[in-house]
Amino acid sequence: MPKPGNVAIVGAAELVSPLGVFPEYSQLGLHAEAAIRAMKEAGLKPSDIDGVACAGASPVETAFYLGITPTYVDGTQVGGCSFMVHVRHAVAAIESGLAKTVLITHGESGKSGIGRGGWPGGGGQSIQAQFEQWVGTSGPPSTFTIPVMRYLKKYNVTEEDLATVAVVQREYAARNPNAMMKDPITVDDVLNSRMIAYPFRLLMCCLVTDGAGALILTSADRAKDFPTKPAYILGTGESVETPMVTQMEDFTSSRAFRVAGPTAFREAGITHDDVDHLMIYDAFAHLPLYGLEDLGFVGRGEAAAFIKAGNTRPGGKLPLNTNGGGLSYTHSGMYGMYALQESLRQVRGVAPAQIPGVKISVAHGVGGMFAASGTVIMSNERP
Amino acid sequence: MTDYTRVAPKATPETRPYWDGLREGKLMIQRNKKTGKAYFPPRPFDPSDPWADVEWFQASGRGTLLSYVINHRPPPGFEGPTAVAVVQLEEGVKMASNIVECPQTPEALQLDMALELAPTKVNDDISLPTWRPAMGS
Repeated sequence: MPKPGNVAIVGAAELVSPLGVFPEYSQLGLHAEAAIRAMKEAGLKPSDIDGVACAGASPVETAFYLGITPTYVDGTQVGGCSFMVHVRHAVAAIESGLAKTVLITHGESGKSGIGRGGWPGGGGQSIQAQFEQWVGTSGPPSTFTIPVMRYLKKYNVTEEDLATVAVVQREYAARNPNAMMKDPITVDDVLNSRMIAYPFRLLMCCLVTDGAGALILTSADRAKDFPTKPAYILGTGESVETPMVTQMEDFTSSRAFRVAGPTAFREAGITHDDVDHLMIYDAFAHLPLYGLEDLGFVGRGEAAAFIKAGNTRPGGKLPLNTNGGGLSYTHSGMYGMYALQESLRQVRGVAPAQIPGVKISVAHGVGGMFAASGTVIMSNERP
Repeated sequence: MTDYTRVAPKATPETRPYWDGLREGKLMIQRNKKTGKAYFPPRPFDPSDPWADVEWFQASGRGTLLSYVINHRPPPGFEGPTAVAVVQLEEGVKMASNIVECPQTPEALQLDMALELAPTKVNDDISLPTWRPAMGS
């Protein structure tokens, strides 16, 4: 348990008017104005904040709007007491070193109704509706993929290289009875599949399925009393960047990946050479490329060649997405749970496409469309 | 006015000058008065320094094509495959947009091609900041 009195409130602000309205602010603007006033009272800048918690806006929106790069985010939304819960979680986060300074915000245009509601609501007034959605995106296939042409040009990566990502992962899916797509495919098969959002074809996009998953965690000391083989959490990382993929800082790299991944590695005290198995959330074929580079497994622009050379395929030195991934195994919408489940199976030694001798597995996830990231490193050995 | 069946953007108090400008064919964005650095999308403060004075100014309307996809399953209100593009503005910020007066093909849409602002009116309040290939001025 956190020790009493180890965490304190050092800044606060409230926007309340006897008129009961703030017609000059949207809902997100209210979050921001409260935050700015609280930071001013505390003598802090956005760059001093490394934890963001809010309800009524997503922490992605709040962090982006305020220019914060967090290592801790909490979007717990359980109704009006969410902020009490945020305080409790912030205490745990600060005590354990996930963040030093946590900002908790609330903002609600409850009467004026300006920009009320999250994505894709807000009646045309959300920042996404005003600055992204009108261009004609229709879901992740035509949104998550927007930055990729820049990546391809910068690093001379081809559509064939993107296709290769899907081909290699199908080799693992072929060994997985639970995979939805098991038949072997070629680069030509991928490049001849239906165009979805140029340059992305059907087989470069994840499946759409139903599914579910659950995990239970307890202390390592208690874990030995359970019938299962424990998987010890060595390190974790998290961050967010932007609620609009078209506003990401660098179209060839994810800032949230670059914060979450290295945070987890530092916490785990491991190097890339220690990793026996890797999961990178693959909603689309470009994500393993960005993930391999942003997590530092390869240099900038080297991921496609790394995959093409066979390093990630069955028998390769860095087995990647061994369940077949979102492209071939399953993808119900929020695939991160399935990546964790495969990491767990691999460290337990019970995966359908089991990699011999796995001790350490990294599961790296994306949230939204380069909006957020979370990384978990687990092992079957307690350090 | 184009036939517009999509959900049109709607201004908030913070973004009103941006949409007012576009209605008159001007692209109004904001910058930090101290550093002169532009930021986007509009908000009442510069996220890199929330207490600095900021000002609206008219952007040049010149940019280049940073990236895009051609959406083969566009939402209602779009005719056929449509490029969802991102324009790199001369002022250093980027914005999602459509490239009008241009075939929506990989051959016509070359990364880094020069673009110029060509707003599209959708209703009495809202004109969208669409762009077209620069006329070579």
